[in-house]
Amino acid sequence: MAVTVVVITRNRNLFSVVVLAGLYSFLMATVLVAMDAVDVAMTEASVGAGISTVLFLGALALCKSEEARRVHKPLLPLLASLAVGALLVYGTLGLPEFSDSHAPIHVHVVPRYLHEMKHEVDVPNVVTAVLASYRGYDTLGETTVVFTAGVGVVALLRRRRKDRKP
Amino acid sequence: MGGRMRDDLILRVIAKLLIPFILLFALYVQFHGDFGPGGGFQAGVILAAAVIFYGLIYGLADARKLVPEPLVESMMAVGVLIYGGVGVAGLLLGGNYLDYFVLDPNPVHGQHRGIFWVEVGVAVTVSGVMLKIFYMFADRGRADDEDAS
Repeated sequence: MAVTVVVITRNRNLFSVVVLAGLYSFLMATVLVAMDAVDVAMTEASVGAGISTVLFLGALALCKSEEARRVHKPLLPLLASLAVGALLVYGTLGLPEFSDSHAPIHVHVVPRYLHEMKHEVDVPNVVTAVLASYRGYDTLGETTVVFTAGVGVVALLRRRRKDRKP
Repeated sequence: MGGRMRDDLILRVIAKLLIPFILLFALYVQFHGDFGPGGGFQAGVILAAAVIFYGLIYGLADARKLVPEPLVESMMAVGVLIYGGVGVAGLLLGGNYLDYFVLDPNPVHGQHRGIFWVEVGVAVTVSGVMLKIFYMFADRGRADDEDAS
């Protein structure tokens, strides 16, 4: 994955950058499978590698496929991103150990979900049960966000077309 | 988009072979989401991907004929309405908003029913939005080309 990122930043041909970004998504999906998050991996593979690659290519068809030469040195942005990255790494030091069964998230509501779900919902996939039943409000919000995003795109792009053909 | 791809025999045949399986897989992910990985969001994306694939190979006009624009636009709203409707149905049957227990005399079956319709709502909205965005982008590129010529 690190190699992909370095190649993406060095590459000036945007077409290959898009393809490499899809590759990165697939690698990310394999990492998620290794961490037993199959549902997330599926989403990453279909959205990150599938749909967004197509949308990027669609955007590329509208503009030039060569990246423009930068006009000034990207020293400040580099420093800023390094600082934020260091801050995030510092933040992870405070997190509980990976797969620690006494971590706060595993002792709060998770035992109830895992033990009571069989009698309350009886759906073998716990992710689906939590997503659609216990956290139904959150998923409703997410669906509304997706809907709003779609409406936003429609509102932005359609006005342009109307201007063209009065 | 896909002007030259339309004439490629290999692409056309492979697309025709693959698309039914992609659609079937989307349905599998949708309805098997209770038992394995997957669910409404993933199924919606795969469904949209199948139509986008068709549009890339056979051209945007054919994809529009297959899944017309008004249908896509109403899908975007209908999905959210299905989701909200499940909540309102719970209210009408005497529970709280988005309570699934009341949807069936047996509370566990009520949960199944609620999850099923909620996932349908998510899938409909997600595939509608993805398709609409694709249509918008692809269409815009073509409009610019026509202007340039």
